Amino acid sequence: MEFSFDLLLEAVVFGVLLGCFYAAVSIGLSVSFGLLDVPHVAHPALIVFGSYCTWFVARYGLDPILAGVVLMPLFFLLGVAIYRFYYETFEKRGTEAGVRGIAFFFGVALIIEVGLILIFGVDQRTVEAAYIGKSLELGDMRIPLRFLVAFGVAVVLMAGLTLYLAKTFTGRAIKAVAQDEPALRLMGADPVRIKQWAFGIATATASLAGALLIVIGPVDPGLDRTYIGRTFSVVVLAGLGSMTGTLAAGLILGITESIVLMQFGASWAPAVAFGLLLLVLGVRPQGLFGR
Amino acid sequence: MKFWISCAIALGGAIALAAILKNEYFFFAGYTVLMFIVLATAWNILGGYAGYVNFGTPAFFGLGAYTAAVLFKAFELPLALQIVAAATMSGLLGLGAGLLTLRLRGIFFAIATIALVVIMETLFINWRYAGGATGLQLLRPPPTAPFESYIKMLFVVMAALAVIAVAIARYIETSWLGRGLRAIRDSEEAAEASGVPTLKLKVFACTVSGALMGVAGAPMPMYLSFIEPASTFNLNYAIGALASPMIGGTAHYIGPVLGAILLASFQQIVTVTISNEVNVLVVGVMLVVFVVAAPDGILGLLKKIPWKRS
Amino acid sequence: MISRRTMLAVASSITLAVFSGISLAQGPVKVGMSMPQTGSLGAGGKAALLALQIWVEDVNKRGGLLGRKVDFIVYDDQTNPALTPSIYTKLLDVDKVDLLIAPYGTVPTAPIMPLVKQRGLLLMGNFSFQANRAVRHDMWFNNAPWNDARSWSQGFFEAAEKLGGAKTIAFLAADQEFAQNLANGAKQIAKSKDLKTVYEQNYPPATVDFSSMIRAVRAAKPDIVYVMSYPNDSVAIIRAVNEIGVGSQVKLFGGGMVGLQFTPIMESLGHLLNGIVNYNSYVPGVKYPGIEEFLKRYSERAAKEKVDPLGFYLPPFNYAIGQILEQAVAATKSLDHKTLAAWLHKNEVNTIVGPIRWDANGEWENPRVIMAQFRGVADKNVEQFRQPSKQVVLFPPQFKTGEVMGPFEKVRK
Repeated sequence: MEFSFDLLLEAVVFGVLLGCFYAAVSIGLSVSFGLLDVPHVAHPALIVFGSYCTWFVARYGLDPILAGVVLMPLFFLLGVAIYRFYYETFEKRGTEAGVRGIAFFFGVALIIEVGLILIFGVDQRTVEAAYIGKSLELGDMRIPLRFLVAFGVAVVLMAGLTLYLAKTFTGRAIKAVAQDEPALRLMGADPVRIKQWAFGIATATASLAGALLIVIGPVDPGLDRTYIGRTFSVVVLAGLGSMTGTLAAGLILGITESIVLMQFGASWAPAVAFGLLLLVLGVRPQGLFGR
Repeated sequence: MKFWISCAIALGGAIALAAILKNEYFFFAGYTVLMFIVLATAWNILGGYAGYVNFGTPAFFGLGAYTAAVLFKAFELPLALQIVAAATMSGLLGLGAGLLTLRLRGIFFAIATIALVVIMETLFINWRYAGGATGLQLLRPPPTAPFESYIKMLFVVMAALAVIAVAIARYIETSWLGRGLRAIRDSEEAAEASGVPTLKLKVFACTVSGALMGVAGAPMPMYLSFIEPASTFNLNYAIGALASPMIGGTAHYIGPVLGAILLASFQQIVTVTISNEVNVLVVGVMLVVFVVAAPDGILGLLKKIPWKRS
Repeated sequence: MISRRTMLAVASSITLAVFSGISLAQGPVKVGMSMPQTGSLGAGGKAALLALQIWVEDVNKRGGLLGRKVDFIVYDDQTNPALTPSIYTKLLDVDKVDLLIAPYGTVPTAPIMPLVKQRGLLLMGNFSFQANRAVRHDMWFNNAPWNDARSWSQGFFEAAEKLGGAKTIAFLAADQEFAQNLANGAKQIAKSKDLKTVYEQNYPPATVDFSSMIRAVRAAKPDIVYVMSYPNDSVAIIRAVNEIGVGSQVKLFGGGMVGLQFTPIMESLGHLLNGIVNYNSYVPGVKYPGIEEFLKRYSERAAKEKVDPLGFYLPPFNYAIGQILEQAVAATKSLDHKTLAAWLHKNEVNTIVGPIRWDANGEWENPRVIMAQFRGVADKNVEQFRQPSKQVVLFPPQFKTGEVMGPFEKVRK
């Protein structure tokens, strides 16, 4: 296949749109793993769960993105519950968040995945909306609207979260707990409650991310396995704890994947995220903006 | 001495069953149980003894399976040589992966092992000779004497491999290697400080672990007469290999055996009687329950019972 | 001393058994298979399953096979090729079935071919394409109206010739057994017709987004686009073509897209189908003896069971599998696989999809794949497909109802 500049341009544009989407999907993990050090392998599974919840609610006529937003408070509570359980069982007992913590979350991810299969079956699910199926014509390029909508919502989500962490009191407390927990304790704040709150927020983003996921394409219960690679790749490349880094890393992943897809075909694309991850771990483990 | 007698009894039992039982499905299911004994024992060498949680079981298992399949397709290599080749290839993968990733701490190592699985799967999806994503159909050769059925032969072969795997694990556990690995698991910094060659030990454990997983995978293409990437590199193998020692107990070589027998037998029964999905669900739930409530596994629970001494 | 009461009880139960027509000594005849009821082929599999269940009821009303009731054992293989070897081993060793039917589809069937060959078993094929090519089992009999890639592609390439001036071709094929079998054959035919391949791509079966591939197809500017895909990908490809466009110079699009024959998919794609030239096994208007009466009975049952209400593509051919087994067993008075296979190789069988005779590979000696173009299809309307005009038959000549129209994007407007 000959190399074409037009195709490259289109690939980059798609890569940017997709990259923002990947960043939005990973931002929850940036908080739970990047800031709180929780080995949250089940984050992609929660996102897929969010997709199915969106699908379920959207069947009653609600726009899928709106459905994702509406579900956020419920997911927040779910996140708080999960963290509370994790804290009581693992962190409090002083076990290093290593062997057992990871195994625990892996088990949770598995239970969510199989639970979805038992309830909904293995078939793909899609949603319908006014912007799904149409595209925008930009010169010679035609960009499907669903990508543009996902891109827009992703940007809003990330901007919102970054502002929250930087400007509000609780937001800054979350960053403080990540940087220096003993100091925070000395100042009289309860780090556990703050971490709980943070984990809840991270899980709430999974709800909206799930809505975006099902807008972009069909979902099936096994999709979380594809996204473990992408989300951890983004978070590690960003550098643990950096929100702006997440956006940059997402864009890098999106564009790289898009170009590999164009040049080498769809059979190599799954390896891009993980290849990038291994590269970062080998060359610069602290990522782009790591602490 | 007691250990070797038990091994002989186990192997003898397997051969006796092959001679007596007629229903092939028993051997079909039993093969899977024995395979998980090997996988769990192999996993435990790095995961249990050294404390490095490895999700990459499917990468080593799959590489072993594909090595056997490709060598069979190209040269009609007999099973024994397929197994040796698989051990070599997966051992090399363990060596390489170990050198690259064992410098990373805890969760990063775990994620890197998942990366390994996806990369291996992608490599085989793109290799047309090995069947690509379509897969490869394989016609089994006739079973070697005195076996009349290929499945029975594979069953006995896997029983032998299980015995070998457990023997190797036992050797490592009771030797200075085991002491070094335990030191790493308890506190890697302290071990480093007291002169334990941590990286060398970890890489060694990873190599042996990988080789044994490859060995478990080698007979798989002949078992199914078919091989394709998605099911061969499936993360479900990672979960089974990890859950069995967690359930049985990671400190002693019998733990993985116990866990594998319990888990795999249960899975086979549930799959036949209820459904495949419920069986995966049960594994997930059991994993979570044991990790939360009984971190030392069944062996740990047994130790806690105050056995009466008369 | 046996009491009179006991004697009476024994005598009456023997009499009862003899007169109920069921053989006490041997029990029912077990017919076993796995059918994809979920996953990519699930929608088609459910319809096919209903047809087979109707046959089982019909044959039992007629007294069963060899006077014994037929028991039908089915598992769901989820269109997953990794599950079928263990399912069929279970059918053979745990359920101990007497007769085997293959799962619907090439992908779930390929893995069990070595198994049935090595155990010397009769296997009734179920709409798979060239599944027996590598293994060459002599006890395989397919129910599908195609034989090799030529039999499938001939109509497609002829349509291209009718449109005139086609010089270049693009291939988009899933990396799985069906699509690769078809692609290999089609590429050879294209070469023999001096068509230049300007784009070819094999994609992993789990691919969900085709934007990048359709963009690349458009950039390559082919005259013909030959697609070999399974239902999930077929739908995703058509949606991507709708969003991104495949280029105004494309004359012909389609060929080997599975799933565009399933009613739920036809209904949900609606007008997006227009212009596509694709294969089929049966469309309304084609005259086979007994098929319209079967479809009526099927439709009534399907409405109750909430399955594909039209049932054009698979159900008649699955009912035919039952008919084939019934006739072979009745003629040979045996359930022995070798005997049945020998009879099937020598004899022609009459079914509701016409007379069938098999070649040495177990495929139809007289293939009759239909190539049809979708025209004037509206959205969200199932009943419209009962009209022959919605799928204009271009090939084979004995069923032809119209001429192909192009270029592709013009016909879609």
